Amino acid sequence: MPVYFDDGQPVWRRRSPRAVLLTWLGWFVAVAVLVTSWMFVSERTIWIFVTDAPSQGADLVSRMLPPDWAYTATLLRPLWDTINIATLGTLLALVFATPLAFLAARNTTPALPGVRAAALLIIVASRSINSLIWALLLVTIIGPGVLAGILAIALRSIGFIGKLLYEAIEESDHRPVEAIVASGASPGQMRLYAIAPQIAPAFAGISVYRWDINIREATILGLVGAGGIGLELIASVNVLAWGRVSMIFLLILATVLLSEWVSARVRAAVT
Amino acid sequence: MTARTWRRPPLIADARLRWGLSVAVVVYLLLAVSSLEVNWQRVLDGLERGADFARALITPDFTSRSEDILDGFLESLAMTFVSTAIGLLLAIPVAVGAARNLSPLPVYLLCRGFIAVSRSFQEIIIAILFVAMLGFGPLAGVATLAFASIGFIAKLLAEDIEAMDPRPLEAIRATGGSLAKTLHWGVMPIVLPRLVGVAMYRLDINFRESAIIGIVGAGGIGATLNTAFDRYEYDTAAAILLLIIVIVLASEYASGFIRGRLR
Repeated sequence: MPVYFDDGQPVWRRRSPRAVLLTWLGWFVAVAVLVTSWMFVSERTIWIFVTDAPSQGADLVSRMLPPDWAYTATLLRPLWDTINIATLGTLLALVFATPLAFLAARNTTPALPGVRAAALLIIVASRSINSLIWALLLVTIIGPGVLAGILAIALRSIGFIGKLLYEAIEESDHRPVEAIVASGASPGQMRLYAIAPQIAPAFAGISVYRWDINIREATILGLVGAGGIGLELIASVNVLAWGRVSMIFLLILATVLLSEWVSARVRAAVT
Repeated sequence: MTARTWRRPPLIADARLRWGLSVAVVVYLLLAVSSLEVNWQRVLDGLERGADFARALITPDFTSRSEDILDGFLESLAMTFVSTAIGLLLAIPVAVGAARNLSPLPVYLLCRGFIAVSRSFQEIIIAILFVAMLGFGPLAGVATLAFASIGFIAKLLAEDIEAMDPRPLEAIRATGGSLAKTLHWGVMPIVLPRLVGVAMYRLDINFRESAIIGIVGAGGIGATLNTAFDRYEYDTAAAILLLIIVIVLASEYASGFIRGRLR
């Protein structure tokens, strides 16, 4: 707390003049950025459409109710595809992410220059791009369908699983490693017998956690043509069949809640 | 008598559960893989385009669509800032309502219900609805991201408020402080650093999401990216993807730095 002397009397202030000035400058910049951004958004908005948004919203809700219950029968197959996209995508990601994590962890990476940097680069690139964007890319490359969805999920998950797994490897206890190496184990045996048992619970927890996220993401991949229930969703939105849309929402909500429950149970069991 | 040999302990101790799970997994995998319908001819045809994209990643084209790219990114950034600010402002009352130690049960249930709905749906699904209501453009994106931010920020903030020490609250109430005074003098000093941290984190997430909700017409760089892929302009698409990676990394680093300073 800065103290100033005014006619020999000490005067306390909460902040120094410099800090006060900086705080105000910070607020000024934040408000300026916000106002500029808002003007930018406002310029590109057709406000006449916005003024009737409440009536549009009410109209939307009235069209969504009641949900088209009979439509559920058609949705079972896309739902099965969605679950497959998430599950197979997660499994595929595990296959690639596990060796990647061993290459990226500081304590298990091979003593070759550049390997760790390359592994980290792959993890970062995979993690920064949303699975929907991966799907957008893959649909143009290998065509629409479930396979594009599985690969999109896998490409996104490799970075996520790889990052959490390599952090778990770096946190593992080094004493079992030393004990096993002292008994003459090869580097491969050391990883298998000293590190693998230590990271097994983390591995199971991370996989199930990512599977849960992937179920959510797989429900929307169909929006860009990568299979699953999203295909039905975008088709129903395009023909304005809002009763079907609300039915799909209900099904997605149920699936997501179920997968969240499974994931929570499994994670509670392994940790 | 045979020598005892050491075997690794299995991950699942119960043998019946272990075998049951293994069989179930194998059956599921067989069913799942056999139900895949893959047009392998189409996939083979696509390999060439895949190679094109890989080449494009090495030689991205920032220039020929530079105006569209710049415009898309500016729109994404504008949407990110506005939606985070709106989300933050609206999240604070919801968070107070969703904290059991401050609110009566009906308010608590209402706010918790709102948070659950806001968090259950993916941003892009909410974006579809807002585009239908507000028309195409960044305003629908702002509404989407703000809606999602409210649930996210309010949940984390409410947990923080619930975890706080009850004694300062009791002291302020005992001196006759109103709810507003309790919030200002009791709650705010404790949760403010956390609030700033959560807001920074959400700013980061909102930028990532603003890059994809353009696919359904809610503005931002996603629309530009979608168009680039539709035209098979891989070099432009690669440029956009690289820029997204750089900005995401920069914002992740910046928000991590600020959150680290606050702690």
